[in-house]
Amino acid sequence: MDLSLTEEQQILSRTAREFLEAECPTTVVREAENAEEGYLPDLWKKMANLGWLGVSLPENYGGIGGSLTDQTVLFEEIGRALVPGPLLTSSVLAAQILLDSRNETQKQNLLPGIANGDLIVTLARGERLETSSDDTGIVLSGESLFVPFAGVASHIICATRPAVGAWPDTTLVVVDADADKIFKTRMESIANYPQYLAEFDDISIPSEAVLGGIAEGRSSLDAALQRAMVIQCAETLGRAQKVLEMVVKYAGDRVQFGRPIATFQAVQHRCADLKVAVDSCRMLVYQAAWRLDQDMPAHNEVSMAKAKAGILSRTATEAGHSIFAGISFTVEHDMQLYSSRAKISEANFGDTGYHLDQISIAVER
Amino acid sequence: MDFNFTVEQNEFRDDLRAFLSAEVPVEKQEIFGQLTEEQYQFGREINRKLAERNWLAIGWPKEHGGGGKSPIEQGILNEDLGYWRVPKSGSIGLGIVGPAIMVFGTQDQKDRYLPPIARGEVEYCQGFSEPNVGSDLGSLELLAERDGDEYVLNGSKMFTSYAFHSDYMYLLARTDPQAQKHRGISLFIADLETPGISLTPLPYINGEMAAQTNFDDVRLPVSCLIGEENRGWYHAMTTLDYERSGLWRYANVRRVFDDFTEFCQDSAPDGGQPLADHPLVHHQLAQRRLGMETWKLLCWNVAWMQSSGAVPNAEASIAFLYGSEERLRFAEMAMEVLGPYATLKYGSSMAPLLGNIEGIHRESMHLHGAGTTEIHRNIIAQRGLGMAR
Repeated sequence: MDLSLTEEQQILSRTAREFLEAECPTTVVREAENAEEGYLPDLWKKMANLGWLGVSLPENYGGIGGSLTDQTVLFEEIGRALVPGPLLTSSVLAAQILLDSRNETQKQNLLPGIANGDLIVTLARGERLETSSDDTGIVLSGESLFVPFAGVASHIICATRPAVGAWPDTTLVVVDADADKIFKTRMESIANYPQYLAEFDDISIPSEAVLGGIAEGRSSLDAALQRAMVIQCAETLGRAQKVLEMVVKYAGDRVQFGRPIATFQAVQHRCADLKVAVDSCRMLVYQAAWRLDQDMPAHNEVSMAKAKAGILSRTATEAGHSIFAGISFTVEHDMQLYSSRAKISEANFGDTGYHLDQISIAVER
Repeated sequence: MDFNFTVEQNEFRDDLRAFLSAEVPVEKQEIFGQLTEEQYQFGREINRKLAERNWLAIGWPKEHGGGGKSPIEQGILNEDLGYWRVPKSGSIGLGIVGPAIMVFGTQDQKDRYLPPIARGEVEYCQGFSEPNVGSDLGSLELLAERDGDEYVLNGSKMFTSYAFHSDYMYLLARTDPQAQKHRGISLFIADLETPGISLTPLPYINGEMAAQTNFDDVRLPVSCLIGEENRGWYHAMTTLDYERSGLWRYANVRRVFDDFTEFCQDSAPDGGQPLADHPLVHHQLAQRRLGMETWKLLCWNVAWMQSSGAVPNAEASIAFLYGSEERLRFAEMAMEVLGPYATLKYGSSMAPLLGNIEGIHRESMHLHGAGTTEIHRNIIAQRGLGMAR
């Protein structure tokens, strides 16, 4: 048993924090929030140059061959700094689907571009997205809600459901995001999070655009989602850790009744509860990452981490807004940046209630 | 990161489980809130058998009669003893007194006190709290006045668990009433047979018979002083850190949680679907499963820190606080699911799980041991987060 980070992971964490404190202060976060596409190309390119967009990709696809645990360490920092952009979407979720797809052409076409930041790949999925076959080949049709960063994506991976009378399970196809007959409508969202309604109007799909096989996409999609959930939990963890540090600092500086409010036990206990929640969540998140790195079954552990991260989000939001109090109700104060993003993560990939229902209650003695 | 045990540690756990499955039949396992004298004595017997295998004090150095292994093996032992609901005994000696003597005791004290603890032959109780002294332990009042080669003790200790089974008490007493409060306290081991010590029974709501321990001109030889005079507070606080994982308590509760989960999967009241298939019950079981797994990880984090040479401080308070509250959440949830059946005690033929749920609900009112939940929050805020007092 060794619950510590390796020296390399500690260096990764430290250098990421230093870089982001310099390059991504909350003024930059606000700038991205007000930008049309929700990300900043300059910052994006710098992060790509640091290798951050290919952490868990093999070197032959332009990555640095790290583990999911390494990526977890990095994304704690990315969450902490509220880094804008499709890091999770493109460099984790889409990259993993592609990596697992056994479609060498698409891997060669897309993975190096994801890693160097030239390409942004997003994922569309939903009940109303279908593939079927006709005389000319495969046809993609239907629509998908909540497609993140579709406005800046170069490609969209579509997880299509089995149409009635067609294939029995999920088929994954990749399409050029700028293709004709794809219509993207922005969904006005919390913190201007750039998510879209994407509509596909009978698009012909060449066979090399199918990832894996027809009706064989489920396992790669699930595997990639597992990893993406862990990484999203890491972001939540980083944000909550930062909120904890912010409120502790503020409580030490803020004087009321003639003394710093940090000396009041009511304030101390709220901070203590947040620390318990952060430390608990961290154990669960790293346990899930470690199990996936070991190729061990991890559905339960991932769902536990995601459920806990959802609970943590709320604890952090409540502690932040109650200790910062009035000032955190203003737009100019940073606390709202954290609480709005916490909500996006909580709702994405299944919320706390959903994941609690995924946890097996079977007794293993 | 590595959440696994080593091959040797897994082998130890397998051997331990084989031993427990042979030696601890279900009918001997403790029921919450229902500890009998016979079961307590059974627990002592198991401890002696563990000692024969060098397992009882597995985390102690070999020179003191221990197994020479790490806090991880100690954690494995405690987790399984808790899960098998072996009635607890010897824990104060093994977990607190022994380690304090190893650090602060004289050679004579080590030779005298340590081997019987490692062999499971003696029981210790702890004398910290007093009638007027709880969370503010540093203001304790039991007086120990030096008189030649003896100390004369007068006063009273409160909430003495295991008192009626104990041979010795490990206690803090005031040796310098003039000094600043934490600097006038010393640490002693008192033989409970010493004239002047009397026990007033103090029954606990969990069925345990504790005591108020009264000291009336009790004369202890100076050889009973552990460490330096007037440094006892610091000695005691240092060695409180020795075994802090809380894995025994976690597993003790986890066992009942697992039994309760299976009960819900197997029971279909009104001939309908099993309790566990009701969405609300399933959701509550899942919430508590998450809570239990979290508690377990927090305990192992403490054990791992100790195995790596670190001294857990706020981390131990986090695990302890989380555990106390999770135990309560589980007890309340189980009571809610069972409805009026939850009120049935051991002895009622209709009591679910032999009354363990009613019993654990009483046990879960224990929100104060090793510090109240508020004191643990203070520790987490002040030591863990550096917030000013």
